[in-house]
Amino acid sequence: MDKTMILVPGRTTKQGVGLIDSKFKKDYREATTTVEINVEDMARLGLEDGCKVKLRSADGVVTVKCTGRRTEDLPPGLMFIAYGPPTSKLMGKDTAASGMPLSKHLEVELKRVS
Amino acid sequence: MMRVAEKAKSEGNIKIVEDATCTFCGCLCDDMVLTVDVDAKKITKAKNACVLGKALFLNYEEEDRPFALIGGKEATTAEAVEEAAQILANARFPIIYGMSDTTCETQRKAVGLMDMLGGTIDSTTSVCHGPTGMALQGVGESTATLGEIKNRADLVIYWGGNPAESLPRHFARYAVTAKGMYTPNRKKDRTIVNIDVRHTKSVPVADIFIQVKPGADFELLWALRALVKNRHVDPNIEKKTGVSMKTMKDLVERMKNCRYGVLFFGMGLTMTRGRHFNSAAILSLGSDLNEYTHFIATPMRGHGNVTGADTVVAWQTGYPFGVNFSRGYPKFNPGEFTATDMFVRGDADAGLILASDPGSNFTQAAVDHMKKIPMIVLDPKYTHTAKLARVAFTTAHYGINVPGTAYRSDGVPIELRTCLDSKYPSDEEVITAIYRRVEQLLIAKKRSKGANNKRQKAA
Repeated sequence: MDKTMILVPGRTTKQGVGLIDSKFKKDYREATTTVEINVEDMARLGLEDGCKVKLRSADGVVTVKCTGRRTEDLPPGLMFIAYGPPTSKLMGKDTAASGMPLSKHLEVELKRVS
Repeated sequence: MMRVAEKAKSEGNIKIVEDATCTFCGCLCDDMVLTVDVDAKKITKAKNACVLGKALFLNYEEEDRPFALIGGKEATTAEAVEEAAQILANARFPIIYGMSDTTCETQRKAVGLMDMLGGTIDSTTSVCHGPTGMALQGVGESTATLGEIKNRADLVIYWGGNPAESLPRHFARYAVTAKGMYTPNRKKDRTIVNIDVRHTKSVPVADIFIQVKPGADFELLWALRALVKNRHVDPNIEKKTGVSMKTMKDLVERMKNCRYGVLFFGMGLTMTRGRHFNSAAILSLGSDLNEYTHFIATPMRGHGNVTGADTVVAWQTGYPFGVNFSRGYPKFNPGEFTATDMFVRGDADAGLILASDPGSNFTQAAVDHMKKIPMIVLDPKYTHTAKLARVAFTTAHYGINVPGTAYRSDGVPIELRTCLDSKYPSDEEVITAIYRRVEQLLIAKKRSKGANNKRQKAA
């Protein structure tokens, strides 16, 4: 089942520490390929911690691992992921004459893959 | 060989460098005390550093990489300079992009290089606070140094940013728990407000957390502006923003009645729908509040010297980013002369990436074009962009191996102290060498063109 959600990419400490070491190493890859999803959304969509989901925006598609977050931390309908190559693939290419592609609040379709 | 810091004490193989600067983020904390094992070429302690600063200093190790790669094959710096100069001198629409993790001295040389080539220069600002740079040209800004904010601000509002994870010492050094001249009781003398779409790690330090719906920042800002001016606001705003009228009115009262207020804003405003309109709205709100009290609105900047890039490009061209020289004078046009657009549209036919990694951070369509054109990269690390580049230079690390100047996010210049030498050249040395060679090639090209014209006329 596909579900349209809002994805908010952003900075995290783990991602920051990882990029200082190397973007090609496990810590950075792990930090940037894990999407946080509201636990109620996860239950509704039949997702468990650690399962893989496909995120599809108008500009790209990536497969990442998911982990649950409490509703107090992340409201339903919203997902969070650390900046990295996967979020870049989902970013818009149109900058609306500003130079800035839409990089946060991305509308994505979510689908379980494993 | 790089110059070593002057403010250093040595004992045996151990050197202590005081007042070193961490260049990881825009806080540019210049109170680092580094303990360096000179023989092992390692930094063993980084007193005062945050988690990101510790990672930067304690993980620092000069990688044993080739000085340069041309087409993936090992080359000398001189060979790579020649290849890079040939690429740039023969390009019709080249671009320099990046510059936020290098010194102002290098940035200055990079502007000179693009001026000579008649190309485009853009920094990571265009995908960071570029929209703020556009907005402040339209509405201005009420600003201050972080030192002034530390000493005076009694109301601190963070909007669309997560400094606990991106600028970890922002709270302790400048705005929340810092002891100021008129805020001697630290956090007790301040009210902290956090406005965001989600509960970030920055929220626990706040006295008030306001959760706004995604994509409704502009509407909330505009409603607050109206309430500040005692105008009527449609009650439907609550549904649109997810924020109650009571919460808005309470915030407005706090803003109007504080002694000195500050709005720190992050990329939650610039990277979302509205972009420069969001930045203009928050800058305008800050200015409006000066009718009642002293109020500041200022962006939080991520990269160590991204503010330096804006400053240097602005003082040399009149504009902060996205500048083109093809008509012989600087032209500023975000959307036309900004890196993402130039790569996505396929306009750029060569690129020099200075201390940045668009191969990892840019949208796929931009990366696809970068793969088609000759790219030149200068970076201490092997990056996604270096992987796709025709020429990749390994350079020394600014702030660790290379001295120079960087601008803190509030526009205060900070001198960088070094602690270890490097066998690799600095960005400035490489850019200077490329500049000199490009200059020779362009002069030769001009002479050859002139000689051809003469021959044609004679014939």
